[in-house]
Amino acid sequence: MTGDAAIEAIDVARTYALDGVSVSALRGVSLTIAHGEHVAVVGPSGSGKSTLMHLLGGLDQPTSGRLRIGGRDVAGLTPAEMAHLRNATIGFVFQSFHLLSRTSALDNVALPLVYRGQGARERRERAALMLERVGLSHRIGHKPNQLSGGEQQRVAIARALVTEPAVLLADEPTGNLDQATGAAVLELLEQLNTAEGVAVVLVTHDREVAERARRQITMRDGRIVDDSAAADGAGTGPVTGDASGEVPR
Amino acid sequence: MRLAEAWRVALDALRANRLRSGLTMLGMVIGVGAVVILVALGTGTKNEVQAQVEGLGSNLLLVVPGQVSLNAAPAVSRLDQSDLDAVIRVAGDRDRVAVSLTSGENVRAGKEQVFTSLLGVLETTPKVFLRDVRAGAYLTRTDVETGRRVAVLGSSVARTLFGERDPVGQQVTIAGVRFRVIGVFAPLGQSLGVDRDNEVHIPLSTAQRLLATKRVDAFAVKAPDAETIDRLGRDIVAELQRRHPDEEFSAVTQEQILGVLGDILGVLTAVLAAIAGISLLVGGVGVSNIMLVSVRERTREIGLRMALGARPRDIGLQFLLEAVLLTTIGGLLGIAFGVGASLATAALSPVPAALTWWSIALAFGVSCAVGIVFGVVPAQRAGRLDPVVALRTD
Repeated sequence: MTGDAAIEAIDVARTYALDGVSVSALRGVSLTIAHGEHVAVVGPSGSGKSTLMHLLGGLDQPTSGRLRIGGRDVAGLTPAEMAHLRNATIGFVFQSFHLLSRTSALDNVALPLVYRGQGARERRERAALMLERVGLSHRIGHKPNQLSGGEQQRVAIARALVTEPAVLLADEPTGNLDQATGAAVLELLEQLNTAEGVAVVLVTHDREVAERARRQITMRDGRIVDDSAAADGAGTGPVTGDASGEVPR
Repeated sequence: MRLAEAWRVALDALRANRLRSGLTMLGMVIGVGAVVILVALGTGTKNEVQAQVEGLGSNLLLVVPGQVSLNAAPAVSRLDQSDLDAVIRVAGDRDRVAVSLTSGENVRAGKEQVFTSLLGVLETTPKVFLRDVRAGAYLTRTDVETGRRVAVLGSSVARTLFGERDPVGQQVTIAGVRFRVIGVFAPLGQSLGVDRDNEVHIPLSTAQRLLATKRVDAFAVKAPDAETIDRLGRDIVAELQRRHPDEEFSAVTQEQILGVLGDILGVLTAVLAAIAGISLLVGGVGVSNIMLVSVRERTREIGLRMALGARPRDIGLQFLLEAVLLTTIGGLLGIAFGVGASLATAALSPVPAALTWWSIALAFGVSCAVGIVFGVVPAQRAGRLDPVVALRTD
């Protein structure tokens, strides 16, 4: 257990109670995301990848097991403390972008800084810098509906990175984009991973997308059934191609 | 999150749904406006009544047979000239005592005719009550003692009968008897529901002969000062009681009349304000309802904000401020509407309306309070959302 890992999960389980029946979404997952890693999580729907994503992102708490995000054990944290932890450590990128529709690209990017209590001028300066980093400095004042899908996702990426998080969690970031645009977004993520040193965790159905990551984690029935890092013995090993043959599509 | 930021977010949310925000505010506008208007009307009426009662004169005692009670019919008077002399004796000065014998009569001049209150009085009336004679002169003691057929007209009687002409020196016919007009009163307006300009004063002795009676109806006594007024009232009542052992008499002061009327008007104002308050309550429920809809509609936004680091408190505050903005903006518009309507009413109609700062401050305070009270539940609901569930909502 290395204290300086970005995220560390030890035998983490998550059970939901649905109409009095308990459903296990995650049945004991152990996983370490090191700083600067590039990881893809793949698996069929219902395999528990979304649940894992929510746990790694600090949106949810495990039913059992230990989970440390940014070196902090999430057990017993209040919703407010969890919110603070997310703001400080995690950047989210969603399949459907989740931008505020009536708000300009600049203010969308600046939004996480609002919850840090930063002043408007400082927020906007930093947001403008981030938009420049994702190549959208010419779209600063545009509203999301004036932007293409690829541009919207790049705004979302800028928003995820404006807080300088340790980990960027991307849930099907290319799911709503066409092939070429999706590839450009992935390229941007990879470039940011290399240049900024932010760990990128991608959840995806798409084998091609997963294969671009240096490490693939395959999930099934709430368990990790394959982890290329474990196979390589290192978290940053080269892409090893189809690790399990169980990646759908 | 900074508070200023939270206000801005709340304002943006309201702007995004202008029509809905406007309609929700309308409930508050109507409720607050109604409170301001009704309180203004109640206060205006109370002020006017007070001015009218005080406008009668100062340190006045009204002495009437029977009891002064709101639900008792006025008693028929058995008082006469000898009682008047007795009251003057007790009061110590004829100039302090006014008396009236009242009857409704037709007064004619040429083709014009008007039904008025005919009052048989002493020459002391203007010394007891505040009454100015605009033209000519009032009755003299000689007029009263010799029973002359002279009359002083109220301003509206004079206008009806003579128009723009000067009535002084003209003839009028009262109950078929000719009188000479010697004076006209300055306009007085309404007092306690009575048009005091629709009066004709003639000497008491003349009135008694005209109406074939010896009675007088009521006395008014002016006390030398406020300290002696209660004792003087008791003395007069005691004297009349002694002279008429099987009858009751009452002496009331202006303060007592004001007290009773003030209580009635106060209750009336409170009831009106309470009815208006119900519309505020309904407006508040509307705000609560819209906020719940808004929380549901914006569940994804709430989930996103939480993912980005908003604490439950930040989300709750955002929605609470939105509710408070709705009600306070609505409240301010309602105050503007209420103030405008009250001023217009006071300016354009005879209905009195007096704005009071406390009612405006209260209306504003209540608007804020309604926002907080009816915003708390939706705000708590928003703050307690699970970010995972909220993000997944369509």
